Amino acid sequence: MKYIEEFRDRALADKLAEAIRVEAQAGRGRLYRLMEFCGGHTHAIFRFGLPDLLPPQVKLVHGPGCPVCVLPMARIDAAIQIAQIPDVVLCSYGDMMRVPGGKRMSLMKAKASGADVRMVTSPAEAINLAQSLPDKQIVFFAIGFETTTPPTAVVLKQARALGLKNFSVFCNHVLTPPALRWLLESGKDADADVPELDGFIGPSHVSAIIGTKPYEIATSDYGKPVVIAGFEPLDVLQSILMLLRQVNSGQAKVENEYARAVTRGGNIKAQELMREVFFLRDAFEWRGLGSLPHSGLRLNDSFAAMDAERRFPLTVEAVQENRACQCPAILRGAKQPADCPLFGKVCTPDNPIGSCMVSSEGSCAAWYSYGRGRKNDEAA
Amino acid sequence: MCLAIPACVVELLPDGMAMTDIGGVRRPVSLALVDDVGLGDYLIVHVGFALSKLDPEEAQKTLDLFTEAGVPVRAAEAKGGV
Ligand code: SF4
Repeated sequence: MKYIEEFRDRALADKLAEAIRVEAQAGRGRLYRLMEFCGGHTHAIFRFGLPDLLPPQVKLVHGPGCPVCVLPMARIDAAIQIAQIPDVVLCSYGDMMRVPGGKRMSLMKAKASGADVRMVTSPAEAINLAQSLPDKQIVFFAIGFETTTPPTAVVLKQARALGLKNFSVFCNHVLTPPALRWLLESGKDADADVPELDGFIGPSHVSAIIGTKPYEIATSDYGKPVVIAGFEPLDVLQSILMLLRQVNSGQAKVENEYARAVTRGGNIKAQELMREVFFLRDAFEWRGLGSLPHSGLRLNDSFAAMDAERRFPLTVEAVQENRACQCPAILRGAKQPADCPLFGKVCTPDNPIGSCMVSSEGSCAAWYSYGRGRKNDEAA
Repeated sequence: MCLAIPACVVELLPDGMAMTDIGGVRRPVSLALVDDVGLGDYLIVHVGFALSKLDPEEAQKTLDLFTEAGVPVRAAEAKGGV
């Protein structure tokens, strides 16, 4: 397949790995702690066994960029509550259905006990459902970063144009730059339980929307290099090499390895749509990161009639996470899945205790699926 | 959710949609977020929506970068490094 195979070439991967080794040696024993922000990269890194190709000086730290993982339990409980309202059909992306909320309830379990929860792979399916089920209230459980947000905006405008009265959105969209800033800010604070990092492997498709410009805060305000990387193994290796070269030469710039899909300005049309449909919440809660200012979106007043939060009164109380689950620390890069006593024993993809074991982009699921961390695995 | 494989446009459909092909699997995709899409273009698709168009020239430049990565290695080997 075009744009896939040539980015997975084994001989080139070995060559890039060799170049990384040479570059790492030039650091004379220093460590390179690089965070891959995006869960898609975490998945790709394990799927292609990249940690085995890297020298010990290069440490990959998994970041909070897994959309399913960062949603706090209270929001899942709210979605369950909406799904249990009579005549409501709640449409959710598949991964979200299995994430445990409070009391180990999930949308999947709510469905088993009678709630009408349906899995969709696109918000467009929710609109179709609203048209074919006029007597039901269709609620789309919108989650995700800047990749899934513009599609939600498109369907909201569509619903309005169609005059649909039975469609609404439970909006949980979150933004990447505030989380990046939080990591950078907390990284400076010795008490913050966030690792100090030497650079960032920047998101691929989030960047197709927002462009490379928003990452310039990392370089200008915090002196950390960022390389926007594609999802294929050669992309990730090349980006690691570019980061090492920046660190070794004392530079901190935003570089774009994924120029085939990402520009500095990003997708202007999508950005304008997002501005038209959403506004910034004062703050939004992230699992593991806490409440971050201006990091989440809700619907604009002009879409109030389609805002599930305003339409359905919700009474959700904050819940206690399972205390043994290390997801919060894993999401901020402070721990690894193998640090969790439940990993692979009590908690598996078939029986997830925390959100990081559900989505294929979650660190625990990626480790488990590709056989990592069964014992203390230093390579990752 | 974020792992998207480039999809090739094989047919332009009414209502701002396109039929795409990924390794023989055909899927309709909304073009609401991208402009100037033509047959044979490769798209990054998420949740049924194209987010961007792949730029073939930039793709080639990146592939060239990979090949060049070996150059400093050879130089280091020549000096007896590694
Ligand atoms: S292994 Fe399971 S319980 Fe442990 S941190 Fe990961 S998701 Fe949480």
